[in-house]
Amino acid sequence: MKTAVVVFPGSNCEHDVVYALGLLGADAELVWHRETDLSEFDGVVLPGGFAHGDYLRTGAIARFSPVMAEVERMAQASLPVLGICNGFQILCEAGLLPGALVANRDLRFVCRPVHVLVEHTDSLLTRAATPGQVLRIPLNSYEGNFIAPPDVLATVEAAGTVALRYCDAAGVVDESTNPNGSTNSIAGLSNAAGNVAGMMPHPERAIEDILGSSDGTVLLESYVATLEAGVPA
Amino acid sequence: MTATVPAHIQLGMTDDEYEAVINLLGREPRPAELAMYSVMWSEHCSYKSSRAWLGRFPTEASWVVVGPGENAGVVDLGDDWLAALRIESHNHPSFVEPYQGAATGVGGILRDVFTMGARPVAVWDPIRFGSLADPHNRYLLAGVVSGIAGYGNAVGVPTLGGEVEFADPYAKNPLVNVMALGLLKRDQLVLSAASGVGNVAVLLGATTGRDGIGGASILASASFDAESGTKRPSVQIGDPFEEKKLIEACLELYEKGLVVGIQDLGAAGISCATSECAANGGMGMDVDLDDVQLREHDMNAGEILMSESQERMLAIVTPQDVDEVLALAEKWEINASTIGTVTEGGTLIVSQDGDVVAEVPAASLSDDAPLYRRPAERPAWLDATWADTAQLPAALDVADAMLRMLDDPALGDRSWIYEQYDHQLFLNTVIEPGNDGSLMRIKGTSKGLAVSTDGNGRLCYLDPHRGGARLVYESALNVAVTGARPYAVVDNLNFGNPEKPEVMWQFLETVEGMSETCEALGVPVIGGNVSFYNETDGVDIYPTPVVGMLGFCDPMPADPPRLDQARDGMVVWVIGPEKPVDFAASAYDRVILDHLGGRPADVDHETGPQVIGAAADLAHGGAPVLHDVGSGGVAVAIAEICIKSGVGVELDNSDWRAWFSESPHRVLAVLPADETPDVGNLPLRRLGTMGGDRIDFGRHGSTSLAAAAQVWHDAIPRRMN
Repeated sequence: MKTAVVVFPGSNCEHDVVYALGLLGADAELVWHRETDLSEFDGVVLPGGFAHGDYLRTGAIARFSPVMAEVERMAQASLPVLGICNGFQILCEAGLLPGALVANRDLRFVCRPVHVLVEHTDSLLTRAATPGQVLRIPLNSYEGNFIAPPDVLATVEAAGTVALRYCDAAGVVDESTNPNGSTNSIAGLSNAAGNVAGMMPHPERAIEDILGSSDGTVLLESYVATLEAGVPA
Repeated sequence: MTATVPAHIQLGMTDDEYEAVINLLGREPRPAELAMYSVMWSEHCSYKSSRAWLGRFPTEASWVVVGPGENAGVVDLGDDWLAALRIESHNHPSFVEPYQGAATGVGGILRDVFTMGARPVAVWDPIRFGSLADPHNRYLLAGVVSGIAGYGNAVGVPTLGGEVEFADPYAKNPLVNVMALGLLKRDQLVLSAASGVGNVAVLLGATTGRDGIGGASILASASFDAESGTKRPSVQIGDPFEEKKLIEACLELYEKGLVVGIQDLGAAGISCATSECAANGGMGMDVDLDDVQLREHDMNAGEILMSESQERMLAIVTPQDVDEVLALAEKWEINASTIGTVTEGGTLIVSQDGDVVAEVPAASLSDDAPLYRRPAERPAWLDATWADTAQLPAALDVADAMLRMLDDPALGDRSWIYEQYDHQLFLNTVIEPGNDGSLMRIKGTSKGLAVSTDGNGRLCYLDPHRGGARLVYESALNVAVTGARPYAVVDNLNFGNPEKPEVMWQFLETVEGMSETCEALGVPVIGGNVSFYNETDGVDIYPTPVVGMLGFCDPMPADPPRLDQARDGMVVWVIGPEKPVDFAASAYDRVILDHLGGRPADVDHETGPQVIGAAADLAHGGAPVLHDVGSGGVAVAIAEICIKSGVGVELDNSDWRAWFSESPHRVLAVLPADETPDVGNLPLRRLGTMGGDRIDFGRHGSTSLAAAAQVWHDAIPRRMN
């Protein structure tokens, strides 16, 4: 079982993701954004960074990168597709996940550890986690504020596909524990099938205690487990 | 400027310097040649007022691989690992245009580091402004911080720290310094020499435009006045996306062994890169400007040569490798064009449209630059300032004074600044910004690197010699509390107008104080930058040397001390000599008394290194908390430990002054109650016990921890938001 980690020009978390997946025993390989054949891979991660400089609008150019046709094919084939930070933005922009990510409420870049509450556990991101679990994971973004039209939001909430919400150490979800103004404190979500997911915080930055937290491990383990399970039922 | 002003004066050159060019060439310079000499002989590029004195710095140690003079200093970390370090200033551009000035400062320093073959892994930003009471200074702080964040985050290099200071002399001349660290394996080291006749010069990266023309000569090497806003077109514009691609492309070029030499294009653009490459290799170069990819097609030769357009590199490659280099540039989606050929004889010949526009000895642009030994004179006001000591009350509510200090934006929580910076990328950050020194690991090894940047303009204003010495000790202690030993220094010497004898005196005293201390610590200076003419409307900044200290440890402590690891029942100790009445340039003198005077205490070259050694030993011995006693004295240092750990403290001390005195060579240790710090013969005193929810100074007053934390957290946000 092998996962691709896409490198767009301007990506910068690709090596960190490969390192973190490697610690979990996964076989992860970098793939340049002009690649048009990912048939040898069983899953794909779009890592954080500033793909194509985030010019025009975050993800707006990246969604047209040649590799995205393959990402779309894998999503439709029920293979695991994970977007982290910029990767989440790209998946939304490509229409593989609902909603969009816009500038933070305070119009400042936010780099600090935040707490997230695990909600549904049917996705490739959370299947190894427990509902109600509180994880401490670094956030690192300027456009991390999740928005969606009311009808889309209603569908998302009704479908129960919100994987992670911002909270405090005790798991309290409210505006005071929302670091960037995201609607309904959404930090990560999946599609209805659970094989495509995105999240703004960086699980790969929370995989060793020496770096301050290893709480991201359970999320990446979920991805690796999904990868190894093959196409989910 | 009127038409009657001669061209060389408009370009910032003196009559004597112009004469020197004529003598050197044996004729009047062509316009493009004049443009080249004006920039290359500017203060910024040639160090003409400081070069004669910089040899004072100790630069040798067995672990120094590349000392001062190259793009970055390089030290050996063992097992074929090398670290490259460089510091620069972007002061004037950041005042004229804070976002782009700060952003391009980051871009420039990164190029200096990856020019050496290193991957840039971290950046630090020491920055200084006028008071935040003035909306313009708030605008400058917000702009500079977002410029550093906007460029650094997007280019994919984490910002691991820095420092911030506020004082009136920086109001019209903020200081924006930037330091970058790179890592490389020994066989990746690249130098800037162009060797091999017939080798090809390839210009990589962004196209060349009219931005930044004369940045080095007009902006960076002259004082400011009311007209400075008109210099905005001399500020470069940064594009972190272009730089990110350029970094990855260059690192792949090195990995594949495709470059003979390489030079970044910074100040003085193509003039500097081509002449330095040629001169460093003892060669000449033929350059055809028609092959330079331009943003505007009607640029003249002088503009192309002087342009400081960002994100460009000049690589020297063998003719047989040119195609592979161009293909690699195509892969990374950057421009590449062959613009020159390495020649014998040492002459740089530049052509445009088939005509020679410049023909000069390549080495003359750097080696024949003017050298000034400007007069230096001790300031007449100094004795009166030393006599004007702080008027201290007999008794004081220490808790109340401490709260006022915690509200100060230079002493309060700086997370408003560093949380705008990505400080975690690459998964190396063990101790993040907001501590004494930041600590990073080198993945796959047992090695750790600790870094601190330290300046103190008020201290150096009162005594540049002692000030320079104390800064080196402070930064050494800041890395020692993480378990690292001082390993190498870079310095950024920010001063006023060197044509004033008292500014030159401040400069020379500072260099002496820093040099003595580096010698006492056995730590080499591997690079630096001098920024003169930090003067606006005739007012000079405080003399502000900034020390960038690289600390190294192998192994790195498994659980290094952190400010948030104090717990109920642990005991607080102060290690090092206590001098209860050192208030010159102290935070107490500034925040509480609104005063600046007296003479700062001197360093002790015997005790100083011992305290640093003891701190590093304690860090390796598992001490939960170690904290340098710096600005704000023991009181502020303890408050930071309490706030970060979320636990109060009960303290006692007979003399209130001991809480705020800022004498050097002291470190706090917080240890379990059954342990006494093993510090040999160094002075050691027990200050109190952690516990409760108050910071309690006994008969000198007390405050709730929650109140202290609130004030400390809000210090910058309440002024900026």
